[in-house]
Amino acid sequence: MESSLRAERLASRSGREAAAGWRDQPILLRFVSIALFAGAWEIAGRIPVSFAFPTFSDTMIAFVKLIADGSLPTAYLSTLQPLLLGVVLSAFLGVGLGTLCGLWRTGEWLLVPVFIVLQAAPVAAFIPMVTFIYGIGMTAKTLAVMILALPVIVLNTYKAVRNVNESLLAMCRSFLGTRWQTVAKIILPDASPVIFAGLRLGVAAGFVGVVLAELLITPTGIGDLITFHRSRADYAEMYATIGSIIALSTLTLVALQWIEIRVFRPEKRGA
Amino acid sequence: MRATVLRNGPSPVPMPTDSIVEVRGISKYYGSVEALRSIDLDFPRGKLTSLLGPSGCGKTTLLKIIAGLIRADAGTIAIDGKHVTTPGPERAFVFQDFALMPWATVLRNVAFGLELRGMDRNERENIARHYIDEVGLAGFADKYPHELSGGMRQRVGLARALSVDADVLLLDEPFSAVDEQNRRKFQEDLIRLRTNQNKTFIFVTHSIEEAVYISDRIVLLSPRPGRVSQVIEPQIDRSGDPERIHRDKHYLDTVEEIWQGLKQYVE
Repeated sequence: MESSLRAERLASRSGREAAAGWRDQPILLRFVSIALFAGAWEIAGRIPVSFAFPTFSDTMIAFVKLIADGSLPTAYLSTLQPLLLGVVLSAFLGVGLGTLCGLWRTGEWLLVPVFIVLQAAPVAAFIPMVTFIYGIGMTAKTLAVMILALPVIVLNTYKAVRNVNESLLAMCRSFLGTRWQTVAKIILPDASPVIFAGLRLGVAAGFVGVVLAELLITPTGIGDLITFHRSRADYAEMYATIGSIIALSTLTLVALQWIEIRVFRPEKRGA
Repeated sequence: MRATVLRNGPSPVPMPTDSIVEVRGISKYYGSVEALRSIDLDFPRGKLTSLLGPSGCGKTTLLKIIAGLIRADAGTIAIDGKHVTTPGPERAFVFQDFALMPWATVLRNVAFGLELRGMDRNERENIARHYIDEVGLAGFADKYPHELSGGMRQRVGLARALSVDADVLLLDEPFSAVDEQNRRKFQEDLIRLRTNQNKTFIFVTHSIEEAVYISDRIVLLSPRPGRVSQVIEPQIDRSGDPERIHRDKHYLDTVEEIWQGLKQYVE
């Protein structure tokens, strides 16, 4: 049986290799995708579709200039602190609360409705209220990040923990796993794909939160840089700033996925 | 009469005295549905006993009550004379859907029972490797479950149950999610394995052929509510080539006899 299985697997592997070719080069394809986008942008900027729409090349030049004159690094220094703090706090607090709600009935009744309302609410509307209570400092910005990031992390974790594979729970019980072992060795690993999906959404929402806070509350950091260049009609600089925060957000999400596969689901490494 | 019928039959033989599992008066309700009605059974030590019956006869429920995974509404389970209501180290379970952790390798899955007991990593992995070889999975220790066929996954489940060195192995329709060819190979291997391992097997199945092929003793359950309708001991010589059993006259007659008995419960 084993030898026939091995033969079968070898056959399927060589078949896949033959069919691969250029499709086996995902990195190359990604660069092509980015190049196509940049090209379309360049053309649209040259037509131009609007006087406020710079070309791709102008935007890239502005980006280099912003780094060289130090304004972009300075802005990020002030934006990244509340962002990082808010995202890390939301991740740990969110996964912790979500797990608690999933495991403990009373916690579920107490907390889940609050987060369902928070997730449904247009949370950006709370941001002026946060300013009213906490002023315009770091606390307000961190809170803005957390208000946006926390609900989706809590709710995803809660759902994942509630819907954990029953059969694996029975297995752990029949092999005499304690409550702690069940949580650490079965529930959290089994729930991790959905928890990480929530974390990705939460981190993306955290970026929205910090930019919103800087646009609405405290004219500092990236939000201030965007407002400043808009007011001076430096559209290339404005787009460069916006583009940089989008790129950072994307890179963060990719890193998160890498951590998930590395640490929690090694079986998906090849897939 | 080639199979020995222990109850409701014309040729009773005395019950064996050394039973490792004793089931007394077990009843179970699911809401208002009566799943099991006062089941009394003894499972002889070192033998393979099958619980056989049509769907709805409560055979899996009974197995899970013995395992301590489900609570009975009445009655007791004793293992070696000791009453049990929860899982214990003297019993190990093999699950119908394998219940393997998809994120863990074959080696970690097999060693998982020992990991939960806090055994040192080297020690438990040595034991696990031994049983991985024993069930015919040598060379697959570092694979993940999704890289294995259904039959191989259930071998992992069996190796995990063997690793914890329990006296009683409880198998819940272990081959029902395995394709027919692999199932036959697996059944043959199980017969071989039983001669090496001095363990008691309790095996739930809905396949008459499977029950007769591998069992020392077959408990027939009738449905709605689940009750013991017959206990049969097929007198089949399994010492030689397992292939031969399928053509054995006693085997064929016992299958036919059980089918005649179960026919009335099939719609």
